[in-house]
Amino acid sequence: MSKERIKIAEELYDIMPPEYQDLVKRATYGNETRGWKDIGTAKELIEEHSLCAGCPESMAFRYILASLPNPEDTVMVGSTGCTSLVFPHVAVHNIHSLFGNQNAIASGLKRALSVRFPDRTKDVVVLAGDGATVDIGLDMTLQAWFRQEKFTTICFDNELYANTGGQESGLMQKGFVAKMAPVGKSFEKVRLPEIARESGCHYVVQCTVSKPNLVEKIIKNAIYVAREIGPTYLQIYTPCILEIGKNSMEGLQEMRDSEKPTERFAFKEFVSEPAKELLAERAAKEKERKAEAKKQLAGQTA
Amino acid sequence: MATQASFIGQKNKKDQVYTDPWKMMHEAPRTPSFFTGSEIIKEAVRRASCDLMIAYPITPQSEAAALCGELFAEGYIGDYFRGESEFAVMSQCAGAAFGGARVFTTTAGPGTMRAMENFPMWAGARLPIQMIVTCRGINSPLSIQPDTLEISYLMQTGMLVWHAETAQDFYDWILMGYMVSEEPDVHLPLALCCDGFFVTHTKDMVDLTPVDMCLPPYDPYRSPVPCMDMECPPVRMMRDPFVMKSNYISYATHASWQQEVWAAVERSRKHTIRWMNGLIDTENADADVLVVASGTAVSQSREAIAMLEDEGIRVGLVKIKTLRPWPGEEIREATKHAKHIVIPEFNVAGWLAREVRATVPNNERVHAGPHVCGGMTMPPEIITSEIKDLLGMKTETLAARG
Repeated sequence: MSKERIKIAEELYDIMPPEYQDLVKRATYGNETRGWKDIGTAKELIEEHSLCAGCPESMAFRYILASLPNPEDTVMVGSTGCTSLVFPHVAVHNIHSLFGNQNAIASGLKRALSVRFPDRTKDVVVLAGDGATVDIGLDMTLQAWFRQEKFTTICFDNELYANTGGQESGLMQKGFVAKMAPVGKSFEKVRLPEIARESGCHYVVQCTVSKPNLVEKIIKNAIYVAREIGPTYLQIYTPCILEIGKNSMEGLQEMRDSEKPTERFAFKEFVSEPAKELLAERAAKEKERKAEAKKQLAGQTA
Repeated sequence: MATQASFIGQKNKKDQVYTDPWKMMHEAPRTPSFFTGSEIIKEAVRRASCDLMIAYPITPQSEAAALCGELFAEGYIGDYFRGESEFAVMSQCAGAAFGGARVFTTTAGPGTMRAMENFPMWAGARLPIQMIVTCRGINSPLSIQPDTLEISYLMQTGMLVWHAETAQDFYDWILMGYMVSEEPDVHLPLALCCDGFFVTHTKDMVDLTPVDMCLPPYDPYRSPVPCMDMECPPVRMMRDPFVMKSNYISYATHASWQQEVWAAVERSRKHTIRWMNGLIDTENADADVLVVASGTAVSQSREAIAMLEDEGIRVGLVKIKTLRPWPGEEIREATKHAKHIVIPEFNVAGWLAREVRATVPNNERVHAGPHVCGGMTMPPEIITSEIKDLLGMKTETLAARG
């Protein structure tokens, strides 16, 4: 979608919602170098959210939406859960249909957009919780990867079913006592990043959202690789502070504690050979662009 | 954002001419062709300008689904793939339709049931997907034989539900189906049902429209809800998602949306009547005894009626073409003078008889049966015998025939 299309007719300007006026005026769309540092300079693609105070998911949403390289041509697919409470506030087209079918929806969507817009880049990004991705939707998660569907799957891993009140999930740690695991979960946390790699994902990362610059980098990488090569998967720890007995201000520390090298959310990255080449090419171009900009800036000042 | 009209007269990459659908269906010359029902599905889809077809094997629709794959290989369909299950396929269809594609799929029996969660979602999201349902048994022990029980579940989803009798119905209705379900005041999915095997696996003469004519492409910007392709500005849809709220506004929103879906089903009536020349067909509706049926039960009833006529017994016929929208007024009018209304069905539950009973006055006139199920055929003799019983006439015992 070109930026022209979001312009408001002058006569109707004053009755448009303030966030829409802001979207047009401050042009969150169409800025290729956008990133997490823009947060706070405009109303952004998400302003308010309906999550619990201090929920790390809200940080994750902000960083991810600020990092989309191409929001004016990005469609997001969600699933049922806490994330589905946020999507209605998000200023990119997003689809919620059923619980667990997000990668099937995205498969059909991406193919439809490729048929309809063969000469344009339309990114599709799935964002769903761990219940949707690993339990009820695992079949469709994996099958989309087997088929090499060209979209990014992001899993908000809070290690339980948060929205329904804290029940055991496949990504929960072994031994954790929760609803439906009254004597503790009896099996290990499912190793989906490893499964993703073996299932054909070309870029896989496991991390937390404690570092916004890292989130920006992996989101951009994952989307670029999905666009050109094949499926990508990001598993991001967004602890449910409510269900693990923490306070609103303790989410960040919880993530920092859990990402230490010996902990279960230590940074993990897998990049396939074709993806490595692509990312190296992009990095070289980016370096060139920066050098050019620097030169121009030097020219201006001189 | 081109409108359909601007495509008329242009050619697609297969050299087919986008043709005014009314002219194509009603005025263009027809060529009689001898095909199976599955091949007829392929021939209709060849002319339907579909963007996407998603397939999954399940008897008795597998052949049709595979033949559509050949169409893709020949370049008649934008994209095509095999999904991993019917639940996934119907979600993939939804994703494609959300993205503005004209979508086609086929399923049957247990596949319909497995995918069921998707259908009210399709209707609620106003996705004009067309799904062929080649009905088969859904019971345990496993059966692959014809049985129409699954239709009764589809009838409560908010989808349009049509029940084809013959391959000719199938051919015409696949093409007309897109025209009706893509109308902006309808914009609903269509379950186009037939009785598996009887229609899919038998050969029949079907009058085909010219192969070099096809429907104009789907225009997703005529949809009453935004197409999810980021080609129109996304507003933040709401401040507070309705899903979790227990308050009046939330309930009212959901209730009015459901009502709107069913109102759209009703609004499809006028388009369907225009395209299909009515929601029902009648023959000798002034007779004392009327058979009311849908699907291949209509064909069997025709045979039975001819046999009775030979014996001097006059029986009329009402063929129900659309189950959603339900032709209530039409059925009341057609059965006005009937003393007996006989409803033969290919399922154990008798859902059509229940619908008719809820529709007509003096519904003690409605006789539910005969019923066959689990793949049994419906010999016309069991219909004639049922009717003779009703009239107090003597009949031979059919069970003794072995």
